[in-house]
Amino acid sequence: MTTAPLLEARDLRVAFHLRRASDMPWTKPTLLHAVNGVNFDLMPGETLGIVGESGSGKSTLARALIQMVPATGKAIWQGKTDLLALSSREMLKYRADIQMVFQDPLASLNPRMTVGQIIAEPLKTHRKGIKPAEVKDRVKAMMDRVGLLPNQINRYPHEFSGGQCQRIGIARALIVEPKLLICDEPVSALDVSIQAQVINLLAELQRDLGLAMIFIAHDLSVVKHISDRVMVLYLGRTMELASSHDLYSAPQHPYTQALLSAVPIPDPQAERAKVVIPLAGDLPSPLKPPSGCVFRTRCPRAVDRCTNEVPVLQGNGHAVACHFPGTLQLAEIARATA
Amino acid sequence: MAMLEVRDLSVRFNTPDGTVSAVNNVSLSLEKGETLGIVGESGSGKSQFAFALMGLLAKNGRASGSVKFEGKDILNAPREVINPIRAQKIAMVFQDPMTSLNPYMRVSDQMAEVLTYHRGMSHRDAVAESVRMLDAVKIPDAKGRARLYPHEFSGGMRQRVMIAMSLLCRPGLLIADEPTTALDVTVQAQIMNLLADLQRDFGMATILITHDLGVVAGFCREVLVLYGGTVMEKSPTDPLFAAPSHPYTRGLLAAIPRVDQIGDELSSIPGSPPNMTQAPKGCPFAPRCGFSAEDCLDHLDPLTEFAPDRWRACNRKVEELA
Repeated sequence: MTTAPLLEARDLRVAFHLRRASDMPWTKPTLLHAVNGVNFDLMPGETLGIVGESGSGKSTLARALIQMVPATGKAIWQGKTDLLALSSREMLKYRADIQMVFQDPLASLNPRMTVGQIIAEPLKTHRKGIKPAEVKDRVKAMMDRVGLLPNQINRYPHEFSGGQCQRIGIARALIVEPKLLICDEPVSALDVSIQAQVINLLAELQRDLGLAMIFIAHDLSVVKHISDRVMVLYLGRTMELASSHDLYSAPQHPYTQALLSAVPIPDPQAERAKVVIPLAGDLPSPLKPPSGCVFRTRCPRAVDRCTNEVPVLQGNGHAVACHFPGTLQLAEIARATA
Repeated sequence: MAMLEVRDLSVRFNTPDGTVSAVNNVSLSLEKGETLGIVGESGSGKSQFAFALMGLLAKNGRASGSVKFEGKDILNAPREVINPIRAQKIAMVFQDPMTSLNPYMRVSDQMAEVLTYHRGMSHRDAVAESVRMLDAVKIPDAKGRARLYPHEFSGGMRQRVMIAMSLLCRPGLLIADEPTTALDVTVQAQIMNLLADLQRDFGMATILITHDLGVVAGFCREVLVLYGGTVMEKSPTDPLFAAPSHPYTRGLLAAIPRVDQIGDELSSIPGSPPNMTQAPKGCPFAPRCGFSAEDCLDHLDPLTEFAPDRWRACNRKVEELA
């Protein structure tokens, strides 16, 4: 039996209009395409990991889904509503279903509100007419659920450590029982030992509550650990989209292979034995993305066709946007290194 | 004689909330051309340790113990003694290349400044040497780029500039404090590769300070694990990863998700790092340790050699940590 997707993103695009100080009022603004035609389906209860380097558009993509940045294209919720076509008033109805956890645990909490007030706020906003006593009960139950002591309800965010603040952020997101949780780099500000606590908590909550999750991170090992499927972004375009197992065991796109080979492995022998695929130079400016395949300027396999023709994301299950997908051979890597 | 000898280095800060013990009795020695990794989480004292070596502690900080560099005591040394050693013999690369470069100066000028100050070179020669060094750190079109300002470089290129600048006087010891933490993984791989090449070519000893055990695994010959300002374990890299002897090191290694393995639930370390204003009397890791007993809260056995070259500070024996 196939279930309907919870969210279908179709040709999602975000363009920022940039104006320089020297521009005349009638000058056309420069367009920066932060997200450039991204498609994906998200099933209920599924975790989609989004990885990419800084500037790849992964955060902008997530923000676009909940109208935090203006986007074009479609984001169809439960097969019916296009979230991007809604007015902000209409969107409010759906905000309880889609909640977000942010990167900086302390900065995303209001320093002048107590933990109890912070966690209760979404409940008061989205469940109008709920009784104060019930709010308090549910806040305490949620605090207990995410591993905070319910007697800390009257404390302020600065009294908590980074890991605990992230737990508060998670509690705030889950109190309205969303169907989709968007986590934007939720653990990158945390220490390794705390990071593992938060990842385990997220995985456990997801399993128990049947949440769908979009998990954005630059740390490929973390994404691998938590995701069912993973999407690799580069300059606002999808390079590869596959199940976590397939993507990590047999990456097809040269960029994915380079990205994975660069991850340091905490095992000296494995680390010395691995072959790093070098990427020449820096990420091109998103203001002037390369023609054809955006990755071609740094790709060990690029030929003329890559300059002229934009590769389409294709493939069932394991989708790749590359004219010449497949594992890079040692000879190709050696040529790129030289 | 070792190039760098650190004996019982402690760092204390006087703050309105009380005295913070950031580093407690850390000892180490480093030979020429060696690579040492210092691993720890935030608040473990790894950066303050480096700052103390370089005489860069904040005003309310005090370092005690002894630090001998090439036989000369440099801890709390007056400016006249430490300044010629800084940059010429010991150089440091910081985490954030943007805030450690002067935004108002062209890269060539701020690099040349190091040489005119420490080496007494003419400005013209100093700029030429700077360009050569930018070339050595593989910045394309070094001559043209040297005329640019720091904001015109990408993060990875800025870190290359920082590294080039630190190597200008050919230091014998390079301290790199989280040099790749602000960078993307592909850029991180480039920078670590570059550091390894330069380390080999220039034959300098390197202390790499990081929270990332993966980076240490690839770069360092020896590793020191810090927790709560105290050395938990010190060991050559391979056996440390193959058979960690300290409950903290074990917990840390088990808590890292691996890109090359399929894992189930991560084993996390419960609790959070210690508050150093109330420095623990015993082992700082005791409240989070699965093997701790009552004696761990009162005292911690000093660092002892339990196998050739491998040192650990733990009240439990290795065999007890099954």
